[in-house]
Amino acid sequence: MLTRKDFEGKERPTWCPGCGNFGILNAVKMALAEQNIAPHQILIVTGIGCGSKLPHYMKVNGFHTLHGRPVAVATGARLANHGLRVMVVHGDGDGYGEGLSHFLNAARRNINIVDLVQDNRVYGLTRGQYSPTSEQGKRTPTTPEGSIDGPVQPLAMAISAGATFVSRGYSGELKHLAWIIGEALKHPGYALVDVLQPCVTWNRAYAYDFYNERVYKLEDEAGYDPTDRTAAWEKAYEWGERIPIGIFYRGEPLPTYEEQVPGLKAGPLVEQPLEKLRPEQIEALQAEYI
Amino acid sequence: MTTNNMTFRLGGAAGDGVESSGAGLCQALARGGLHVFGLPDYYSRIRGGHNFFSVRVSDQPLYSHEEPVHLLLALTEETIPRHRDKIVNGGAIVYDSSQISPEQVAGNADYKSALSRGVQFLPVPLSEMAKEKAGTELARNTLALGVAAGLTGFDLEPMESVIRQNFARKGQAVVDGNLAVIEAGYREGQKYAADFPFKLERRPDAPPRMVLNGTDAFSLGALAGGCRFVAGYPMTPGSLALHWFAARAAKYGVAIKHAEDEIAALNMAIGAGYVGARAMVPTSGGGFSLMVEALGLAGITEIPVVIYNAQRPGPATGLPTRQEQSDLLFMLHASQGEFARFILAPGTHEGCFVAGWRALNLADKYQTPALVLSDHYLAVAIRTLELDAFDFEAVEIERGELLAQEDLDALEEPYLRYRLTPSGVSPRAVPGHPKAVYVSTANEHDESGAISEEAANRTAQVDKRMRKMEGMAREVEGPSWYGPEEAELTFLCWGSTYGPLREAVDRLNEKQSGRANMLHFSALHPFPREATEAALQRTKRTIMVEGNATGQLETLLRARTGRAVDGAIHRYDGRAFTPEYILARVSEEV
Repeated sequence: MLTRKDFEGKERPTWCPGCGNFGILNAVKMALAEQNIAPHQILIVTGIGCGSKLPHYMKVNGFHTLHGRPVAVATGARLANHGLRVMVVHGDGDGYGEGLSHFLNAARRNINIVDLVQDNRVYGLTRGQYSPTSEQGKRTPTTPEGSIDGPVQPLAMAISAGATFVSRGYSGELKHLAWIIGEALKHPGYALVDVLQPCVTWNRAYAYDFYNERVYKLEDEAGYDPTDRTAAWEKAYEWGERIPIGIFYRGEPLPTYEEQVPGLKAGPLVEQPLEKLRPEQIEALQAEYI
Repeated sequence: MTTNNMTFRLGGAAGDGVESSGAGLCQALARGGLHVFGLPDYYSRIRGGHNFFSVRVSDQPLYSHEEPVHLLLALTEETIPRHRDKIVNGGAIVYDSSQISPEQVAGNADYKSALSRGVQFLPVPLSEMAKEKAGTELARNTLALGVAAGLTGFDLEPMESVIRQNFARKGQAVVDGNLAVIEAGYREGQKYAADFPFKLERRPDAPPRMVLNGTDAFSLGALAGGCRFVAGYPMTPGSLALHWFAARAAKYGVAIKHAEDEIAALNMAIGAGYVGARAMVPTSGGGFSLMVEALGLAGITEIPVVIYNAQRPGPATGLPTRQEQSDLLFMLHASQGEFARFILAPGTHEGCFVAGWRALNLADKYQTPALVLSDHYLAVAIRTLELDAFDFEAVEIERGELLAQEDLDALEEPYLRYRLTPSGVSPRAVPGHPKAVYVSTANEHDESGAISEEAANRTAQVDKRMRKMEGMAREVEGPSWYGPEEAELTFLCWGSTYGPLREAVDRLNEKQSGRANMLHFSALHPFPREATEAALQRTKRTIMVEGNATGQLETLLRARTGRAVDGAIHRYDGRAFTPEYILARVSEEV
């Protein structure tokens, strides 16, 4: 049986004391241990941002890529080796800003990845600019008079795009978050895990106190049915005195993209023998042109 | 009377089936034992405009199209004035007299001068006859090919076999209609055959030959070389390679992805390469522009990937369906920062095949991007090739220092993905083994893959990555010679200019023995400096011929060797070089 310790890394995190990323890091380790997925059996693909350094701080196959592009990289990794578990971890600027199109495309394709978005509603590593999920009117170095853009609605967008697993966790609720990540790992197909995460340096209005007073768990809510897509879509807009966390939508699993690719019928691509063309294959190819 | 040495040109509007008819004609002529060089010329639109397809025929292998036209098949009025001046003396224009009136044909001052040169204007009611024989005017292009066969005396049988094959999926009625149409056209052409001096004769003893374009050649090479992952986004003319792989992906076990954009395409290929697949992205310059950041990711994380850029004229949208060679310096310098990369620029279909598999090997052996520069001309030009033109036996699948399961099982020390080695290449493990769990990062990193901003480490890792260039330089071929060993003029060129320039060299030497030879560069980075310097020792007067305005290889040659050329010929009007274009400018240059 694996434990969190099996995922201990050598590097010490460079995050600020109190950063929500510590909770996310622990929850990821707990979920992997609980699901019995060893460090060499999963690839964590990240973007660029404070939180995207996560694989450096644990023991796991990691690919720390470009800002906004980890979902595309993860898609390629899954298509080339669908025997390998793949998880994406990146921030809200990465996932919902620069990478917005990859997010929606991965959801509609049903690529079998867990897409965990560290949603602190601000840019951290570049020092406090407003992000795609920042509230309208936010004053930051790039919006000194207040931002004009309205925030994106990632959960509603994921549901609209066709995702069959759409969830939100909170880095201050470690066990709950680990449970959600575990459920996402079990889900065949694209699974969004949006994580509310305080940024104690650049977004103090949304610190632990703010979330602790407001979050509630959907599974404790009498009558909430996560298989009801319309209800989930409406719930995705609830934001105010009460902020829901948990699994918003869990639909009937659909066939994953990878299992429908004609060229992958024989099994993971990288496990197929890579050999020269056989004489009859060469003849067939030449015959196409005669 | 001339036999087996002529050019057909079929002209019409987009949507008239000019391209498919031209390709069909190439196939039929090849089945008749003749060599062909076919070239489509089309606008970036789906209907209307003016498209044409040239088919040059010979008993000898052809490397280029040429400008003179012996038989013009005009489906539209516009075709006639556009190409009339290219018709040789005694040549003919067959026009669709159901659509084009004699007044329209004659209503132009150039008409008389064409007549005086012996150009014949032959009215054939193509549309009406097609409708009568096949029930649709759409078959008029097939009918025009029948007229061409009748005029030139070419056996109808190879054409019929192509019709049977190409129309089979549309049903027997369509096959029969087209067979009836081509026969009617043939009889119509025979009426004028006595006065038409350009003839075609079947060569029944010729071996069966392939008819294909440079996209086919490159893709065949890449598949043979183990390319198993292809991602791309449609952009002319790079998407032809995407189509090629898509059509064969299920059969050959290739994962193919039409991605949401080119940024995603290259990042997907990098993800696939990271886990161990041999990956390639086909694109054109605009798509490559979007891929530039990911190119740097492959550079710093040392992931093999092949990028195939079929160039077209830019900047931005430029001329989408036309020819230019202007991405060389862009490909060379693309991305912030510095890292090793290959740039190959094959000049022929044979070269495209080799580049297809070699690029995959080079990328894997040096764990870095290998870029293949083709262009619109090479991507779409159709040639006949002998069956052994592509040496499948010589194809090797070399993965370089990729650690196998046994190697990893035997590991005793902690695995260092970016270990400092004398060659700069570090043994590579792909994710999945418990003894080689590591992180790769777009940040600068130490030997283990951990982020590092230490000065000494930075220098060591940059040096390691750049050290690969020493081995890479030994992999690339020097420029190849064509023509006599000694010559008054030496032409320099790269990529697809090979074909038209080769023919220009032949023609110069036919007139005057020892007049010209040429040096063709098919590997441009690392630049084959020593081989180039040695080759240039043998030259008297040098002329660079390249399809761009600024002289990109000329710039590179100066940068790498300090050598200047004595003259230069450029073309950047969106059209491919022709032997005639080059020869006209040689006389200006010299």
